[in-house]
Amino acid sequence: MTGRVGMDDSAVSYDEYGPVLARFKGEQGDLIPVLQGVQRAFGYISEEAMRHVSRFLRISENQVFGVASFYSQFRFTPPGRHSVKVCLGTACHVRGGQILSRALERELGILPGQTTVDRRFDLQRVACLGCCALAPVIQTDDEIHSQMTVIRLKQVLSEYE
Amino acid sequence: MNKLRKQREEAKKKWDSLAAGDVPVIYLGTASCGRAAGAMKVLESIQAALRDNRLEAIIVQVGCVGLCYLEPLMDVAVPGHPRMSYGNVTPAKASEIVESCLMKGDPILRLAVAHFGDENGEFAKRKIPRFFDLPMLKPQVRVVLKNCGFIDPEQIGHYLANDGYRGIESAFARGADGVIAEVRDAGLRGRGGAGFPTFKKWEICRNAPGRIKYLICNADEGDPGAFMNRSLLEGDPHAVLEGMLIAAYAIGASQGYIYIRAEYPLAIARLNVAISQMRDYGLLGQNILESGFDFEITIKEGAGAFVCGEETALIASIEGERGMPKSRPPFPAIAGLHGMPTIINNVETLGTLSSILRNGASWYRQFGVQGNHGTKTFSLVGKVRRTGLIEVPLGTTLRKIIFDIGGGTIKRFKAVQTGGPSGGCLSEEFLDTPVDYESLGAAGSIMGSGGLIVMDEDTCVVDLARYFLDFAQQESCGKCTPCRVGTRHLVEILQRMTTGRGLAEDLATLQTLGETIKRGSLCGLGQTAPNPVLTTLRYFRPEYLEHVTDKYCPAAVCTELVEYRVIPDRCTGCQRCVSVCPTGAITGPRAEPHNLDASQCIKCRACYEICRFDAIAGDAIVIRSKRRTADEQVL
Repeated sequence: MTGRVGMDDSAVSYDEYGPVLARFKGEQGDLIPVLQGVQRAFGYISEEAMRHVSRFLRISENQVFGVASFYSQFRFTPPGRHSVKVCLGTACHVRGGQILSRALERELGILPGQTTVDRRFDLQRVACLGCCALAPVIQTDDEIHSQMTVIRLKQVLSEYE
Repeated sequence: MNKLRKQREEAKKKWDSLAAGDVPVIYLGTASCGRAAGAMKVLESIQAALRDNRLEAIIVQVGCVGLCYLEPLMDVAVPGHPRMSYGNVTPAKASEIVESCLMKGDPILRLAVAHFGDENGEFAKRKIPRFFDLPMLKPQVRVVLKNCGFIDPEQIGHYLANDGYRGIESAFARGADGVIAEVRDAGLRGRGGAGFPTFKKWEICRNAPGRIKYLICNADEGDPGAFMNRSLLEGDPHAVLEGMLIAAYAIGASQGYIYIRAEYPLAIARLNVAISQMRDYGLLGQNILESGFDFEITIKEGAGAFVCGEETALIASIEGERGMPKSRPPFPAIAGLHGMPTIINNVETLGTLSSILRNGASWYRQFGVQGNHGTKTFSLVGKVRRTGLIEVPLGTTLRKIIFDIGGGTIKRFKAVQTGGPSGGCLSEEFLDTPVDYESLGAAGSIMGSGGLIVMDEDTCVVDLARYFLDFAQQESCGKCTPCRVGTRHLVEILQRMTTGRGLAEDLATLQTLGETIKRGSLCGLGQTAPNPVLTTLRYFRPEYLEHVTDKYCPAAVCTELVEYRVIPDRCTGCQRCVSVCPTGAITGPRAEPHNLDASQCIKCRACYEICRFDAIAGDAIVIRSKRRTADEQVL
């Protein structure tokens, strides 16, 4: 993680971490659940959040970032209002998931892992959503769209503000 | 223990009255796959139809029965009539079915896919099979999945009524050594993929010195293309939890963890419901069923790392560290989580235990073949007619699974990938291979956790090998060099081949590099990562050569090697493709064959799709690959 591009730390004050951290005892084994709690509450893990977690668990910031960046679940930039996940599991791949992924990148004008400038969508690739029998699938927020096509993408995206 | 028996008897009465009562029952599959196909909208439509017509019926939300190609799947049981199944139900169809069945007593046979009644003239005449005679279900043997799709996973009563928690009762009666002996006699091998005898692992852990012992349920189903564990956890969570009780009792563990992917929110929610029910019924906590055995279960959500399916990496992850494997020995059974003896069992292994303990080892041994006893679940996906979740005895041939159960492929069968990204790609000549640990190993593949991905002639094996290696490369934890650097090079070479820049010596390099990675890697990820390349090289060598020497992709998949063309004779000039083309590559006046400018085409596939599904012509746009001579360059 370099610099503070896309970081918006000022939005979250120290007190806001209280409720997230209160459930934990502060043991090192809690690191991943703590990070998951932070991401659930704020949508991503900011530099400031990492500092808080490091102090709370009494481990170095390096270690916090080392663990957080190891796992694909954690993101370090603010998410969009809606998340778009394109499944690139094997079953989706053989049924054209890669083509969908490229079409989404084109449609949204961003690469996987990024958020659109208007914060409307963020785009992620996922290894498998477990709906292989209905491949290829994409997920928008909590809804899974099965047997997707390039043409239907536009229509699905237009349903989100 | 008497209390549980009483609770079971009561649950059984309720369960029987559900089937034979005087209120209609509507069963709807609402597991993740059903929901993806639209089950929640169907549910709303059913509820509205009941409300609007003031009809009384019980709606039971069940898990996944495994017939994914028929999702959303809905059953209606009206008193006095056999229960009927309806597939691919839409909200409109659902309200029509509800109104017709409940108000007119007409089961709308034209919409039914199966029935649960006796074979009689009407059903036979209409060619509606009995549910378990459906071609996808008939060859199956359901031990692990016996309740999946039939009970409401959020009601412990449904589980109890179907012999639930009788396995743990039997385990307590046999004693811990008795349980281990029974599992040994049953011949159960770990269903996570490696096939190590379950009892052996248990015995080592049981005999290992340690104040505390741990049991971990490995639900980190990371193989892309596999969803057996998710379906079981969503459809019958108590079966897995009861298995955890049995395993923990056998090894003497007092604390259990379920390490589950965060991508499975519904499974996590259902496990949480089931765990609190266990507590209410005295099946967790201190002195379970007055046996003197104490056990607690905690759910740990994984954070997305394929390597965490490996035992030592999984333990590191629970301890709050980067999920990197450690060298063994010591094995986790001796020194695992927090340095204590730890057993890690796969979801399916645990889900099998209750049936084994309840019915005995010899009952379980009747399924399967010598050395490979019992059944195995598979997710059957890809280019196969009937996709879904299946369970068959070990030793069943690939042909039977793909053609009898899966209904074969629409286009010509080409290959099947077993064992996910760590497995191998087997060609047609292996169709009669029995699916058991040793036979698949001999063919250069592995059993793995049970993903079966079927490919037809529209799948490019070089592209597939690149896909799997790309996955392995991204998921490599980076600890050891052969895996970290080696997989990167494999990906680079395969990338070259699929973009028409392959070199003649690349095939040999893939081979030696693949073998080196296999030998030199620390954990299972690296040791198996080259399998997709090595097996495809072995069984599909000509296709690699075509990519390298002719820059030709016979399946017309590799984007750089294909071109989009309008066939003038077929094009009616309907302009649908012109309207969807993002780059303006297609032009032409209405009613005249269109022109596709290859230099502007970005191969996004939109025109192909719209021509196929929406246009008048239907097949005027083709994607094809052409052979090139040595001096012809790929654009």
